[in-house]
Amino acid sequence: MSLGEVLLCKTNLGVTGPPPRGGPSGAPAPQALRAQAIGPERAARAPMGSSAWGRAERRWSVAARGPLSPVSPAWRGRSAPAMGLELYLDLLSQPCRAIYIFAKKNRIPFELRTVDLRKGQHLSDAFAQVNPLQKVPVLKDGDFILTESVAILLYLARKYKVPDHWYPQDLQACARVDEYLAWQHTALRRNCLRALWHKVMLPVFLGEPVSPEMLATTLAELDMALQVLEGKFLQDKAFLTGSHISLADLVAITELMHPVGAGCQVFKGRPKLAAWRQRVEAAVGEVLFQEAHEVILKAKDSQPADPTLKQKMLPKVLAMIQ
Amino acid sequence: MGGEGVAGLGYQELRTSLCWVTGGTRPLPFLSWVLPAVPAPAMGLELYLDLLSQPCRAVYIFAKKNSIPFELRTVDLLKGQNHSDDFVQVNPLRKVPALKDGDFTLAESVAILLYLARKYEAPDHWYPQDLQARARVDEYLSWQHTALRTSCTRTMWQKMMFPIFLGQRVPPETLANTLAELDRCLQLLEDKFLKDQDFLAGPHISVADLVAITELMHPVSAGCDIFKSRPKLAAWRQRVEAAVGEDLFREAHAVLMKAKDLPPADTAMKERLKPLAQLFL
Repeated sequence: MSLGEVLLCKTNLGVTGPPPRGGPSGAPAPQALRAQAIGPERAARAPMGSSAWGRAERRWSVAARGPLSPVSPAWRGRSAPAMGLELYLDLLSQPCRAIYIFAKKNRIPFELRTVDLRKGQHLSDAFAQVNPLQKVPVLKDGDFILTESVAILLYLARKYKVPDHWYPQDLQACARVDEYLAWQHTALRRNCLRALWHKVMLPVFLGEPVSPEMLATTLAELDMALQVLEGKFLQDKAFLTGSHISLADLVAITELMHPVGAGCQVFKGRPKLAAWRQRVEAAVGEVLFQEAHEVILKAKDSQPADPTLKQKMLPKVLAMIQ
Repeated sequence: MGGEGVAGLGYQELRTSLCWVTGGTRPLPFLSWVLPAVPAPAMGLELYLDLLSQPCRAVYIFAKKNSIPFELRTVDLLKGQNHSDDFVQVNPLRKVPALKDGDFTLAESVAILLYLARKYEAPDHWYPQDLQARARVDEYLSWQHTALRTSCTRTMWQKMMFPIFLGQRVPPETLANTLAELDRCLQLLEDKFLKDQDFLAGPHISVADLVAITELMHPVSAGCDIFKSRPKLAAWRQRVEAAVGEDLFREAHAVLMKAKDLPPADTAMKERLKPLAQLFL
């Protein structure tokens, strides 16, 4: 990437990375790039103009056709600058969705590196260079590589100085968020994961049937976790840890969309939880929420894995959901 | 809460300072009639712990090492005291550790450690301000829940608690799988976290090391010499023990190291522990 593209990535808020260089026919036309960046409706409404935004767009379009040529002798021979923030995500995964929403909501500029789990891309040698544990999400900030979604969320919250309510300064409010983020690993997270895999992914994607008894047990355990979520964490509050949305709510809602994606009606018969969901979606923004959950809501339509991939993935999946 | 107190100090501060003077957790009893008659103040910090449990040991060591004054409330898990009505008021999840600070209750060891570090302004190295150093601690504290924690608990139960305490046979294949998984986690601990550093998150001890070392003592107590073929890990253990203090380390692990000498559980205890035990098989 040229310096210009790096700078423009950072200034084009809400845009995830530079446009692709284009296929065999060369770079896509600037108008197409612009529509891709800002949305077709907006592109149609406001043609490139003389505003600062317009000037930035024109520069960017130029950059997309090729690297900016050095403007002064001082630039010649300089090595490419370090990449900005990169997030390695697959929106099929709950923790990845929480990070995606958080970064977008807070206008944190990042390069999205999609790692398609259903294609086994996490098992590639290239990805092993980034994360030898072969898992997503992963954050790469220059030379600094970080795994574990909770650690990544906290890192982003601190580095980009997001509004206080996400991870409050107040001692007790902060402790409540920590408490939820710790509890969920072996509780709601585990149950939501198992619900998705037992109900949909094992039979549909990996062609492994799951007995009705096993599925029933999983759904019963999920039910118990939901009771704890309502009874201990949410209670009569607007959000899990207080009157404002925090990291805890993001992590929880993205978890619950896993069984929803599998066709489980987790909010049915739980009006308190359903009301909380509405509040969280409103606080995040409906459009962003839908965008983040597009993939999981189509999980039932997963193409079956080919036998080689199935062989590689099955033992890892079984270890993951035990 | 409190009142006029003595010499301008609130009752609570005076009580706490007296605790420091006596070196214990209760003030000198005779002073209660010297102090003005005020309504009983809210309790100071209470930590509900069973030192048989790994996360409880981490919290205990952290509080003691940082001279944080607290009342130790022992909750005997094997006797089922975590199901008592009193304790359920403190933690409806019925788990230890739990913290009670006035009216504020808190579960989850990671949350408790961070709360204590912040409230009592523990030295920076425990949970560094530096963005990347802190991220490394967070990364470990997050990873361990479903990795090292699980395999250490299973190892200790399958190797010791099931056969000796519960009189229950564990199939050899199950134990073999558990030990293999433990081995895999230890390798990750060395390769991903410790690497060539002195401590897990850098050159100084942090809460990550406390959480890790107390986990590793679980299989050690069951007779697994996990440090034997791992010199890097053994050296790290020595450094952690030295940083914590040998006496405090030993004190925190006294209950655990005597677990193998526990008398076998009676029928009632076996029944009560059945659901818990199922988790660890």
